[in-house]
Amino acid sequence: MGSDVSEQGPVVSHARHVLAHAPGLIRHGSKPARELESDPDLAEPLFGSLRTFEEAVAYPPNQAFLGALHPRELPERPWISASSDGAERFAAHGEHMPEEELLGLMAAVDEFELLTLGEELSERATSALGEHPLAESLDLDRLGAVTGDAEEAAERPGSLPLHLGGDHLVGAVHRADEEDAALQSFVLLENLAAKATATLALLHLVRGADIDPNSIDYVIGCGEEAIGDRYQRGGGNLGKSVAAAAGLQGASGADVKNFCAAPIPALVTAASLVCAGVFERVAVVAGGSLAKLGMKFQGHLDNEMPVLEDVLAGAAALVERDDGGSPRIRLDAVGRHTVGAGGSQDKIMQALSVEPLERVGIDMLAVDDYATELHNPELTEPQGSGNVPERNYKVIAALAVRRGELDRSDIDDFVAERGMPGYSPTQGHIASALCYLPHACQRLTEEGGAERVMMLAKGSLFLGRMSELSDGMSVLLERNPNGG
Amino acid sequence: MRELLEGKKIVALGERDGVSGPAIEACVEAAGGDVVLSATECFV
Repeated sequence: MGSDVSEQGPVVSHARHVLAHAPGLIRHGSKPARELESDPDLAEPLFGSLRTFEEAVAYPPNQAFLGALHPRELPERPWISASSDGAERFAAHGEHMPEEELLGLMAAVDEFELLTLGEELSERATSALGEHPLAESLDLDRLGAVTGDAEEAAERPGSLPLHLGGDHLVGAVHRADEEDAALQSFVLLENLAAKATATLALLHLVRGADIDPNSIDYVIGCGEEAIGDRYQRGGGNLGKSVAAAAGLQGASGADVKNFCAAPIPALVTAASLVCAGVFERVAVVAGGSLAKLGMKFQGHLDNEMPVLEDVLAGAAALVERDDGGSPRIRLDAVGRHTVGAGGSQDKIMQALSVEPLERVGIDMLAVDDYATELHNPELTEPQGSGNVPERNYKVIAALAVRRGELDRSDIDDFVAERGMPGYSPTQGHIASALCYLPHACQRLTEEGGAERVMMLAKGSLFLGRMSELSDGMSVLLERNPNGG
Repeated sequence: MRELLEGKKIVALGERDGVSGPAIEACVEAAGGDVVLSATECFV
């Protein structure tokens, strides 16, 4: 593509994030569910190590996730014992929703009465969501339709119990078909959680920025959940479902799948649709990954830490024609991990971080922020998974050294100044650069101080056993020369 | 390295954000080892 593309946009005009505290859903995370089944005695230490909502809100990485501070402003670790006086549920980039409201929100987007909520929870959630700033956009009548006896509901064949925290039974989720493995209760619970959190993020974006919901043409889902039935496991479409739940009457939608890396191809696809004139406004949405709740809980328990993977995340971004101020998406500076690039880290990072910049004649040091895999190391290190962002940043810095742009002795400065500590919950696709998008928009406008941000995500194709390859994609965001 | 690996049966576990399984496999085989299983996993 030539320079015409960069002179026309498109731009990311808005980005919003949400967290939803979900300690009661940890038992249904993939790892905890398997471990609890094989060793029921784990229940006591696991449920005895859950955080309160206030503790989860005050956790500094969660505050960074929601924009109360930039990730580089995080205090020294350990963060679990850091003071966060004045931490608020609502922050610049979105909100942190408590668990009873999350369960109510899931009921509000449940069009098939897959859930039953006990009367006590239903009343409390209806009341709390009725006071929510987005209340008028939520179908709270659905909570009444699914109110029932929690104990009876949890005993139904094929149903899973729903709890607040460790042991307070408040409802159940039901299977939609006795025989279809793709419509069992645990699958539908994951999908409803993803739909609810993605919808919440999209509503914050639309209502918070006073955008006409009918002006959005298309919604691209990029979450990790397998929507579908036995004939097309994972082949479904959460994007349009979220568009409908958020009241976007003029929109259609579809999903882009690519494991954790999906948000960047989704962003590039959205920008391409706008650039080509197919649509004027495209939203990219992602819901939370329930399967990854408590994924590394054993490492946390072994180190006498609370179970920190207790939040679902959601994200929404709006891509549209150049508005003269929002950060531009440089479609001429998209990096991709080709089949021929192989699997070594330097080749992958060369393809993602060097080649797109070379193509447009921009030095690596002309990029102010690199957003890569930003998993919080306080969550991953206790289980032996190491500091993922730091490893990625050192490879990027080493490439700058190899290109002669950086002295070897300055690698640590490069990592500190152009990288950042990992601060995202281990929510797969959300942690893969997408979590930085609201910060990037802030940094690339007004007094944000940055001229360029590179978004870089990787996905693990090999997990599906169809290829030994991984994948990745990157895209350069740039301050709008017409303003911003 | 050749003394360490030659004639040994090796399980190579790589990771996506580090050294991949096939990369470990190539090194081990170059050093005379016999890779009986190679896999790449994602730890996040």
